[in-house]
Amino acid sequence: MPTSPDEPDPSAPSAVGAPAGAPAALEARRVVKSFGGVHALRAADLLVRPGEVHALMGENGAGKSTLIKLLTGVYRPDDGVIALHGTERDFRTPLEAQTAGISTIYQEVNLVPMMSVARNLFLGREPRRYGLVDLRMMNRLAAEILERYGVRVDVTAPVHSLGLGAQQMVALARAVRTDARVVIMDEPTSSLEPREVQTLFDVIRTLRDQGSAVVFVSHRLDELYEICDRVTVLRDGRTVHSGAMAALPRMELISLMLGRDLVAAHDGRVTAFAPDRSQRQPAPDDAALAELLPAGRRGRWGRRAAGPGDPGSGTTGSETTGSSTRDSGRAALSVSGLTDRHRLRDVSLDVAPGEVVGLGGLLGAGRSETAQAVLGAHPAAGTVSVDGKRIRRRNPQAAVRAGIAMLAEDRKAEGVIPGLSVRENIVLAALPRLSRAGIVSTARQDRIVEFFMNRLRIKASGPEQKVQDLSGGNQQKVLLARWMCLNPRVLLLDEPTRGIDVGAKAEVQGIIDQLAAEGVGVLLISSELDELIEGSDRVVVLRTGSVVARLDGDEVTAPNLLAALAGEGAEGAEGAEDAEAAALGDGSELGEPEASEPEASEPGRGQSESGGPEPGGADEGEGNAS
Amino acid sequence: MSVRTAQVPAAPRLSPEGLLETPRERWIRRAERRGPLVVLVAVCAAATIASPSDASWSDVSSILGNNAFVWLLALGMTFVITTGGIDLSVGSLYALGGVLAARGSASGPWLAILLPLVVCAAWGAVQGILVAYGGMAPFIVTLAGLLGARGLLQALTNQGSTTYLVPAHSWFRHLGAGTWVPVGIVAALFAIGWVLMERTGYGATLTAIGGNQDSAVLLGLPVARAKVLVYLLSGTLAGAAGALGGARLGSGVTTIGVGYELTAIAAVVIGGTLLTGGYGTVGGTVCGVLLLAVIHHLIDRYLSQYGSAMTDAVNGAFLAVVVLAQALLERSRRR
Amino acid sequence: MTATVIEPVDGAGTRERILDLSQRYGVYVALAVLIAVATALNTDFMSVSNWRVQMFQAAPTVLVALGMALVIGTEGVDLSVGATIALAASIIPLYIGYGPAPAIVLALLLGAASGLVGGSMVAFAGVQPIVATLSLMIGVRGLAELLNGSSAKPVADSTIADLGEHTLAGIPLMAWIALAATAVVAYTVRRTTFGRQLVAIGDNKRASLLAGLPVRRVLVTVYVLSGVLAALAGVLIVGHGAEADPANQGLNMELSAITAVVVGGTPLSGGRVRVVGTVAGAMFMQLISAVLIQHNVPTSTTQIVEAVLICLAVYVSRERGTR
Repeated sequence: MPTSPDEPDPSAPSAVGAPAGAPAALEARRVVKSFGGVHALRAADLLVRPGEVHALMGENGAGKSTLIKLLTGVYRPDDGVIALHGTERDFRTPLEAQTAGISTIYQEVNLVPMMSVARNLFLGREPRRYGLVDLRMMNRLAAEILERYGVRVDVTAPVHSLGLGAQQMVALARAVRTDARVVIMDEPTSSLEPREVQTLFDVIRTLRDQGSAVVFVSHRLDELYEICDRVTVLRDGRTVHSGAMAALPRMELISLMLGRDLVAAHDGRVTAFAPDRSQRQPAPDDAALAELLPAGRRGRWGRRAAGPGDPGSGTTGSETTGSSTRDSGRAALSVSGLTDRHRLRDVSLDVAPGEVVGLGGLLGAGRSETAQAVLGAHPAAGTVSVDGKRIRRRNPQAAVRAGIAMLAEDRKAEGVIPGLSVRENIVLAALPRLSRAGIVSTARQDRIVEFFMNRLRIKASGPEQKVQDLSGGNQQKVLLARWMCLNPRVLLLDEPTRGIDVGAKAEVQGIIDQLAAEGVGVLLISSELDELIEGSDRVVVLRTGSVVARLDGDEVTAPNLLAALAGEGAEGAEGAEDAEAAALGDGSELGEPEASEPEASEPGRGQSESGGPEPGGADEGEGNAS
Repeated sequence: MSVRTAQVPAAPRLSPEGLLETPRERWIRRAERRGPLVVLVAVCAAATIASPSDASWSDVSSILGNNAFVWLLALGMTFVITTGGIDLSVGSLYALGGVLAARGSASGPWLAILLPLVVCAAWGAVQGILVAYGGMAPFIVTLAGLLGARGLLQALTNQGSTTYLVPAHSWFRHLGAGTWVPVGIVAALFAIGWVLMERTGYGATLTAIGGNQDSAVLLGLPVARAKVLVYLLSGTLAGAAGALGGARLGSGVTTIGVGYELTAIAAVVIGGTLLTGGYGTVGGTVCGVLLLAVIHHLIDRYLSQYGSAMTDAVNGAFLAVVVLAQALLERSRRR
Repeated sequence: MTATVIEPVDGAGTRERILDLSQRYGVYVALAVLIAVATALNTDFMSVSNWRVQMFQAAPTVLVALGMALVIGTEGVDLSVGATIALAASIIPLYIGYGPAPAIVLALLLGAASGLVGGSMVAFAGVQPIVATLSLMIGVRGLAELLNGSSAKPVADSTIADLGEHTLAGIPLMAWIALAATAVVAYTVRRTTFGRQLVAIGDNKRASLLAGLPVRRVLVTVYVLSGVLAALAGVLIVGHGAEADPANQGLNMELSAITAVVVGGTPLSGGRVRVVGTVAGAMFMQLISAVLIQHNVPTSTTQIVEAVLICLAVYVSRERGTR
């Protein structure tokens, strides 16, 4: 076998089963990282021993991804220590971390789409012959390596022709190939089929048995309990728990992540939401608003012309399409059968006028995708109706016209137009309605902008200030104002209070209540349990893209919600997925999921389980000597 | 925890699920890859059948000999476009290279070769540095390069009033004479280019930059350096093409090269290289330049009353169809 | 409303502020300095005849640059404008027999059609603007030359000649037209739904889409406008030269237009359209080459100066205005 100089010898197998007293494979001690004054990590600790699979948990914003980026050399810590095998290290580039033996698999498959599978696999370390890339050998090795990952494809085909799962496997094989003493996997399973997940787990076990340390990030609890030995939980940039995985019941894990003390569930309310639906108050100055808001002109916005305080009055009935009369039983928003390729499976839900429906779920459950699909910004099959009228053309323009408005999760990328002023951001969506023959009426615009800046208490030096210079809370209020001046029927709020200060948070919550009181149907997505529980009349819980529970009225309590999130057979659980989850129970005695059983007869996998050198082991045990 | 007993789960098979392509999609992919060659063969065949007597050696000779050097611009452009960039300065650098070669040839043939290469390489490197380290758009940097190189050219030739001639006895002239020497040189450079793209880590780096720059950075590939080098390479090739063109013409012509960057881009794109970057093929570019040359020749022969205008119109339409097809294929892939 | 001044989030240091100011007002200062220096060097510079000549020269560029500014505002670019000029030019002699008005209208319509093709490729097929308009740039000029035949054709029609040569109140008609177009475009950008949507789309396309803006329609319209303005410039150029020469008219116009836009302070990253700045940019580039030529500075130096100016303008506007 021709081996070129930079392709090291296969005869360097790592120590199998490292002794317990060995130094930590990877350790982070009190690491701190902040971006522009915002603390992403305050004091995070992580200790991963050789030969263990370590779960790293935390909700969005807990600092997981920052920690991973610190460990892999993408960022450098402001303070604290990162040690690899007992030696303090300071990685300045991802390459340095890789050379030191830390491989990473990122959440998004980052392969080069038009490049062949084999070339992707060997990118940056192609096998050479006479100084040139030895294609034949590369293809052969690639096929061998992928075979061991259960992927049998034409390695000369471009990577984009593979399914996502297979792509993830290629990314995995690429990462593991480098001297894998530490492998960090950031949500590697999010695009995998159950069967592919099992293959991945086999690979992880092989790594573990070889003495590698694996850091595993996932939000599928079943998987964590199946594969992980120990767990570290981050919250608000701090490590709040570290210990054996099996010793941590699911409910406790979730309450650790969400920061909600399960035992002493406090009665005191922590949000500014009204305690009860009947106690919601519309905003006092609605008469003024009704006067200000543009009367819809014929056709396009005719139906939307009714005053906000009394959305059902339908004074403009003659101009409308006939749906202005609305019986109280009809849903403001009715969604059925949303299904896409990877993220959503048959999601259906209704929102009545004046109702706040919470959409619960852990990260990656498909909440944002649902909201985006309702707006038509995320391609998915299924139907969406507003006030009983089905929206035919599924694009945001049609949805907005039908009365749907969405506050996107990523305020910067999908919400504000940073370079435009507060005024322009507010009136952006309502422009056609504020103009005659395409010419904007400044006077009306000014009145509306002034009204909303007062009502929502938007703190800016004036309407001409650029939105990019506002604080997060004020940006969010600007976006709310943008939608409020459209007078929507349905408001989709994706994490409306994330990343904004406490005062603004309470104000935003108050506004949501007011809107609901005015008859708007609200779909509320929030990772904050309190917000979801106290703000919603009902909660629909998603897990891996399916609705797994619906909590109504009194059922909306923290324990119920936690149970549903954890997948412990909550009330109203539906679907086979859930039955399976329920059967898996507490996670201490996990059985093999059904899906992988029938394939149990494939030979070839057995050898690699032994962990010894094998054909093509040259690549597996490659020492990437610096 | 969970002690696993016996049953080692077998290797799950991802094929056929692993491969998402339907046969139709695979056919499309192949068509995309082989398309330029197929069209080239078809056009040649049609032309030969239409007038068998005319498919003579002189045809081939004129197609090859007259255009060969210009193809080097397309070669350099292939590399640049593979990284997702663009180099608009090559037409100007081509002319500059010719003038520098003619000027250098007065002091000896070696200088005639070296001078254009060094100057154009430096020019390309500066552009590359502005793109890679200055964070400026390649389009605008090389646009300025286009203007600047023309300016330099004008300055060198006293606003075009001085014409440098290659001494009649200089062996430098032989480099551009006849059919086979130019074609041989160009073919050799293309071969080297192919090896560079397909068989070296550098080629893979270029593709990775164009396909997924973040990923290339995370993998620790030398992204900035590769970018500087690619503009340097493109500039050098343009200079070389100009020098060889100067050798053929026997003098440095200041007015040539206008719009050549567009033809080069068109040839590269027609050859199947993705303008968005991430996929480049030297073989496709060969097909692209040959196809454009054959079309040009055919139009010259049969539709000569319309002149080069017809060629432009056909080229533009061709390019539009190709980029549309690419965009639509890309979209169906993303869906 | 509360008048609390919020500190800008990302540290607007002095350097940032200087860059921002120079991007915003640099072109006016540069223009003023240029005029002052030119006048000091040669008092003839301020003569009416000189200014008239400069206006004749600059007016078509201004028209094209206005369209280009709109396109660049959406984070695109339109390379086909030079070819569209040629197309408009080639149409005039063909249809002048039906009278000047039909010929001009037809020329403008063809400009719109060319823009429609480019805009559709960008908006519906998702082709990169550079590429889409590049193919048009090559193809449309070929088409124009095909329509016109190999040599330049004289255009004797008085109406069209008037458009290019006549002066009104001492100022060329062309300049009046450019001025009117500037006013219309400025008004469109500032005060119409379309203009504000255009800017929003250029600044943050995804957010604009989610806000329910008609992204595709706006994009197509922008390219159509650019095509029409270029065609109008083509008609004026034909009138000024009294001949249609598609092989040469409008050559490199796309470069001049982009230069004018960039020098005028419109960032290539979109989200901002500086209409008056664009006009100032076009005037500046016109005057600087005129001044250099008047002082017998060789064209080579002029070109190098232009190249440096483009780089400088892009450097000043780079990476900002994009959150």
